[in-house]
Amino acid sequence: MNAANIPVAADYIRILPEIVLSIFGMLIMVLEPLLHEEENRKTLGAIGLAGAGAALLSTWLMAGSPGFAFWNMVRVDGFSVFFHVLVIAITIVLILTSYEYMSVQRMRAGEYYGLILFGAVGMCLMSSAVELVLIFIALEISSISTYILAGFRRRFAISSESSLKYFLLGSFATAFFLYGVSLMFGATGSTNIDEISTRLNSGAVPMLAYVAMALMFVGLGFKVAAAPFHIWTPDVYEGAPAPIVGFMSTAPKAAAFAVLLRVIFEANAPGRFWLIWVSAALSMTLGNIGALVQNNVKRLLAYSSIAHAGYMLVAFAAAPELGTSAVMFYAASYAAMNAGAFAVVSHFANAGERYVSLQDYEGLGRRAPFLAGALGIFLISLIGIPITGGFFAKFYVFSAALKSNLVWLTIIGVVNSAVGAYYYLKVIVVMYMREAREEVPILPVPPALAAALGITLAATIYLGVLPGRILDFAQRSAKQLVHADVSTATGRTDGVQIFQQKR
Amino acid sequence: MNTSYLDPVILTLVTFIPAAGGLLLLLFPRRHRDIRIFALIVSMLTFGLSLHLVANFHRMQTEFHYQIDRQWISTPNIHYHMGVDGISMWLVLLTTFLTPLCVLISWKSIHERVKEFFILLLILETALIGVFTSLDLFLFYFFWESTLIPMALLIGIYGHGRKVYAAVKFFLYTMVASVFMLAALLWLYAKVGSFDFITIQNAIRSGQVEGFATAAPWLFLGFLVAFAVKVPLFPFHTWLPDAHVEAPTAGSVLLAGVLLKMGTYGMLRFNLGLFPEQSRHNAPWIAVLALIGIVYGALLAMVQPNMKRVIAYSSVSHLGFVVLGIFSFTQAGLNGAMFVMLAHGVSTGALFMLAGIIYERKHTYEIADMGGLATPMPKYATFFSFIVLASVGLPLLNGFVGEFLVLSGAFQAHPWWGIVGATGVIWSACYLLWMYQRVFFGKVTHPENSALPDLSGREQLALWPTAIAALVMGVAPLLWLNIIDPAIQNALAPITQLASRVAGQ
Repeated sequence: MNAANIPVAADYIRILPEIVLSIFGMLIMVLEPLLHEEENRKTLGAIGLAGAGAALLSTWLMAGSPGFAFWNMVRVDGFSVFFHVLVIAITIVLILTSYEYMSVQRMRAGEYYGLILFGAVGMCLMSSAVELVLIFIALEISSISTYILAGFRRRFAISSESSLKYFLLGSFATAFFLYGVSLMFGATGSTNIDEISTRLNSGAVPMLAYVAMALMFVGLGFKVAAAPFHIWTPDVYEGAPAPIVGFMSTAPKAAAFAVLLRVIFEANAPGRFWLIWVSAALSMTLGNIGALVQNNVKRLLAYSSIAHAGYMLVAFAAAPELGTSAVMFYAASYAAMNAGAFAVVSHFANAGERYVSLQDYEGLGRRAPFLAGALGIFLISLIGIPITGGFFAKFYVFSAALKSNLVWLTIIGVVNSAVGAYYYLKVIVVMYMREAREEVPILPVPPALAAALGITLAATIYLGVLPGRILDFAQRSAKQLVHADVSTATGRTDGVQIFQQKR
Repeated sequence: MNTSYLDPVILTLVTFIPAAGGLLLLLFPRRHRDIRIFALIVSMLTFGLSLHLVANFHRMQTEFHYQIDRQWISTPNIHYHMGVDGISMWLVLLTTFLTPLCVLISWKSIHERVKEFFILLLILETALIGVFTSLDLFLFYFFWESTLIPMALLIGIYGHGRKVYAAVKFFLYTMVASVFMLAALLWLYAKVGSFDFITIQNAIRSGQVEGFATAAPWLFLGFLVAFAVKVPLFPFHTWLPDAHVEAPTAGSVLLAGVLLKMGTYGMLRFNLGLFPEQSRHNAPWIAVLALIGIVYGALLAMVQPNMKRVIAYSSVSHLGFVVLGIFSFTQAGLNGAMFVMLAHGVSTGALFMLAGIIYERKHTYEIADMGGLATPMPKYATFFSFIVLASVGLPLLNGFVGEFLVLSGAFQAHPWWGIVGATGVIWSACYLLWMYQRVFFGKVTHPENSALPDLSGREQLALWPTAIAALVMGVAPLLWLNIIDPAIQNALAPITQLASRVAGQ
């Protein structure tokens, strides 16, 4: 079939968001040297924002033509649409937060916004790729941009340290992933997830596949900061620019979880149960215990992100359909609350990120009621108190686990979330119940930051009060993902039909 | 049966009007003087509306009243299902009754961040009412957890002394305990496929829940731990004195008056309602813990140098009566437990208000700094003595009826329970009257106390309703018991059936 070898227009529509993001990213790179340094921060930021907005629109187009593209390497389904929207929304929030941050920190914006968009390209692609090699490439695109972004406060040694650490350990971890991919190819003769799934489901599973699975898990476990591959997290998060930390802890993580979902559930990976069980229990426990003693807000949130990765992993040990939708919902609400929390943190941090210790937050409740209130709500959501997204996120994860009879893992998780309440509460206590320290300056809230906080607050509350719609969507996509055989066939013909009608 | 057009929406209104009022308060300028008046109007309006619940209550109707059942979230199957029976209705009323008094008593004692104070107070009221009106277990948990934040903030921001420590301790104790309840809830949902209280109850009764027999003891404990910390049952009581002593007056009133009853209400509704067999099975040791609480709380109250601590420990003792009554599984015991909840809410609420009034004047709760206060403050002393007498269980006042019923129920269940419990009544007379004597009688020992102003009109306005309620509840307890009794009978039915089945074997 010669015709099948030439990509058709529908193929391009199925990666349209990635294309749009790349074009805008390159535009920023080209324009950067042409613009004056002071004004370029604003202009390039606006271009970045426009790019992300356009990508969001093109995701809508993409969603209209589900199916495979580029010789079964990319698959557009509810699942990938969900993560596209999530990643791009986080990107928008990040750009809005960075707007003010860049000028306060007096950083050259040049490639900053470009790298953000390129990173988003990689993350989007990770969620729709169904070919392990393509997944690897997407993973690298996303990782390399974040390595550089982590070192963007280049006048500070701590930021370079963060970047270098992230880079060295990150490349090491991706090597593991690649090694796992090659072993999987050896075991099943394919790198396509659907084919791997059929091979693994028919007949005995070769020993090699178990090893491959474990190695791939190491690589992805590093990306989502799951224990025992979490050691890098606090140092990297402490040194990287605060808005970037908000980004790093949500978007690449969500994308890596998407890959993990595909690999584990769609490929029906063998021997995953105990691997995940142990990693989930360790992540939750180590993350929460580590966070208890932190005095730096960024480090505290770093440890908390390890713990949250653990909660999400709990769902991976559950039954596929329940687990997938729970992870998707969790990723969305965690993105909202964590990106929001870091938006506030990066605003308070001020020039040179001087004010990031808990003492600097004393009395903020009185001095900056709006920002402190917003941070308070994000923290309450991170604890998992009702009317916030964090509550339902935990709720779905644990109920999925219980429905799959994971009683002990649920108990460990539930006890952990109670432990976690302590350190989030510590921040709230410091903000509201301690005397204000006047020497910490508080800048006025610029409109872009207000918009970012508005989006994240609205999302956090929306997910906490009316989680039904998002969850329904997640559940439908989860069904598609898990029962891949049925829907892929229909999805593909649908796509072709749509294309033919258009022609 | 005549149904009013308000019936389907009344519970929603009563529950959410306070929070809506709180949100409206956000629009007020920071130092506006009408904030207090507005808060008072909102809470009075809520009280007025809650009277509708009593007026249209049909006491022989065994189902829940004023039910509203809408789907909130489709997956998981969560409903906005509310309804009250003779038990929960009175607790709703207790909440709406105490909140306006809290507003009145905080009129002058809150100087900073007044707006936020009343917002928190009103949000807390909504959460408290929601706990009693929810019939969906998820909704219940939702409101249950929602009470934590406003209460912890009230203590932590507006309290005194080691307020932050107290707030965090309060938060963590209850939060940690309630996650066990969450785990149990999730298990039930996983097996039944619904959070609806009535659906789950029916499923359990008809034996359709798979694996229930093995899981039930754990589920029972999961619920019990959450409730026992809230009550607080010995040995989970250590958060209570700290929280009470450091809390602002209004916080203490709602904490003792209503929050603690969330625990006993939960035991009554969920532990008894869902796990009758386990309740029967575990009753002996729970009753022993309750008895320890009665005696130990009373002994601790006796030696406290601080007025608020005396009252706080007296709450531990009184709530022990409630738990004892509930786990006696007798009609009298449960009626009494219910009545003690209401009576304790009124009289301890009043005691905390009285303690708050003296604190506003002297900025201390230390009993040693008082002495002879009856001379400069006769009205205050009168109110105080009236409430103390109500609290120690003088016949014809509200404390007597409940304690009497509880003890008679406990006697029926187990003579020793009654005997040990009865000493609690004596203890409570000892510590409260002794405190009263040290604070009010004799000469004025500290010269600066001789010029203390007596009660103002506003303070009397806050105290009169509690005094009247204490008297009416003592003289005509049937007004309450007539409605409580059928509901208790209903709650007790599965247990008595079980008992007769065991006896028949």
